[in-house]
Amino acid sequence: MKEFLEGSQAIAKVVSLCRPGVISAYPITPQTHIVEGLAQLVADGKLDSQFINVESEHSAASLVLGGSATGVRVYTATSAQGLFLMAEVLFNIAGMRLPVVLTCANRAMSAPISIWNDQQDSVSLRDSGLIQFYAENNQEAVDLHLIAYRLAEDKDVMLPAMVCIDGYILTHGIETVDMPTQEEVDKFLPRYQPPYNLDVDHPLTLGFLADPDYYMETRFAIQETYKEIVKFMPQLFEQFSSAFGRSYNFVEKYHLEDADKVIVAMGSVCGTIKDVVDELRKKGKRVGLLKIMVLRPFPNQQICNALKGISRIAVLDRALSLGSIAPLASEIKASFFGKKKAPKIISSFIAGLGGRDITKDSIKEIFRQLNQKEITGNFIDLKPELLQAPLETTLGNRSF
Amino acid sequence: MKEIRIHARAGQGAITTAYILGEAYFIKGMYAYAFPHFGAARMGAPMNAFVRVDNKPVRIRSQIYKPNFVIVVDFTIMRSFDCLAGLKEDGIAIINQREGVGIPKVKLKQKIHIVPANKIAQETIGRPLGNTALLGAYAAATGEIDLDILQQAIKVHLAGKKQEGNLEAVKQGFEFIKKNV
Repeated sequence: MKEFLEGSQAIAKVVSLCRPGVISAYPITPQTHIVEGLAQLVADGKLDSQFINVESEHSAASLVLGGSATGVRVYTATSAQGLFLMAEVLFNIAGMRLPVVLTCANRAMSAPISIWNDQQDSVSLRDSGLIQFYAENNQEAVDLHLIAYRLAEDKDVMLPAMVCIDGYILTHGIETVDMPTQEEVDKFLPRYQPPYNLDVDHPLTLGFLADPDYYMETRFAIQETYKEIVKFMPQLFEQFSSAFGRSYNFVEKYHLEDADKVIVAMGSVCGTIKDVVDELRKKGKRVGLLKIMVLRPFPNQQICNALKGISRIAVLDRALSLGSIAPLASEIKASFFGKKKAPKIISSFIAGLGGRDITKDSIKEIFRQLNQKEITGNFIDLKPELLQAPLETTLGNRSF
Repeated sequence: MKEIRIHARAGQGAITTAYILGEAYFIKGMYAYAFPHFGAARMGAPMNAFVRVDNKPVRIRSQIYKPNFVIVVDFTIMRSFDCLAGLKEDGIAIINQREGVGIPKVKLKQKIHIVPANKIAQETIGRPLGNTALLGAYAAATGEIDLDILQQAIKVHLAGKKQEGNLEAVKQGFEFIKKNV
């Protein structure tokens, strides 16, 4: 049924429809509304789940690790610094092959403190073993949680999955969402049947010491699983589509057919880009968007196929890899290395850090700068007046 | 697409106002996207909430710089901040009346409505929270939303005594414009 919902409320609702047995979280803006909503549902007796308040995100992650190890469906959510306090445990969850599902309400990393949106938090955990999805709007945010549980709990996967939604823009954004019914969710996502779990009658050890004779194979196994996921995920998307009537894929192609300039991006900014693409197309400009919905596994092949023959690509990152090329741009470039039909130009742009608004003009500026010369890491909407003083005082007086 | 910008101080209910307004458009069968923007994230700091409405799903996610309509919940913000910045040439502003704050000058086709919303709220809700009276005035001044749809939206979000008072407040806000314009 269509409802007018805040993103966080919509996520709390869909997570409750997934019937997690254990929920644990520690509050952090802009994630808090999600677990507040779940806590309310549990308190009202509408959701039969153990909601466990803890003293930190490290404990929240440990709690869901433990819950998942006993064979129960679990859930947690966090943002930014909270995700990083979880990070140590998240690597463990992936290594123990536990299908924990969490939501990252994307927020900039401190310092300086920023409660506002960018994607530095989740993107920085790209090497952790978490499957990563990115939502453009709240409908996708809802749907991706269903897909995340199904994928994570598949016996051939058994890996944690994280659904990333832009903080404030989606978490606090209120819009129309078609909420699935309990029956539909139960049918698509049956009760979790763990292939292994902690049980005193059948003792088992998870995550125990692996000396150099064993460790490397455990990592290899995860890497192999990721290759498998890429192969069978189209089937899962297909099943989702026949169950709910909405189609997703690793990437979404928007007006790529005859495009000569394309922006590659993730998350809510894709909506703004689509409006700009429509506007520029009306003026006869051949522009398009490639939206990345799955960052892990990284869909190299799908990206290369989608962008084949397009001459100029702009990759828009809302995160940095300080000291190197921006993360998404780096992976897109790597995908094309050695390929014959690679784009002539793959330029990299940084925008929207720490909640700096990305307007239609910001997107137009990226298309404008996407010309004959390749650009690496141009910051859009930077305020030069804020940079002047420190640059003079530090760099100006320095002799290398 | 129509764009609405709401100015208030954090804690004055701008998000609920945006939610109810968006809900009304949703009930009307349109697509809305309502969202807040926080400044310093503390009580009393100036903040905005925004609503975008269209006949098709709203995709653009940036803030609103050129609104069709502006609602000012706390007029004192105008002392240090231009709430009407970017208001469209034929835009309409609904402002909560406040002693000692001058009426801003506007362009030829722009319209400003000063509504005694806190007074209405004090009489109907028992607290000077003028938000719903302003929404009633918005509905009457812009012709965007029918009063009964707005009242339906209020019923979705408020219950009991609060609902009763706010249903009356929204009606009085609506009637204030109808009588005075």
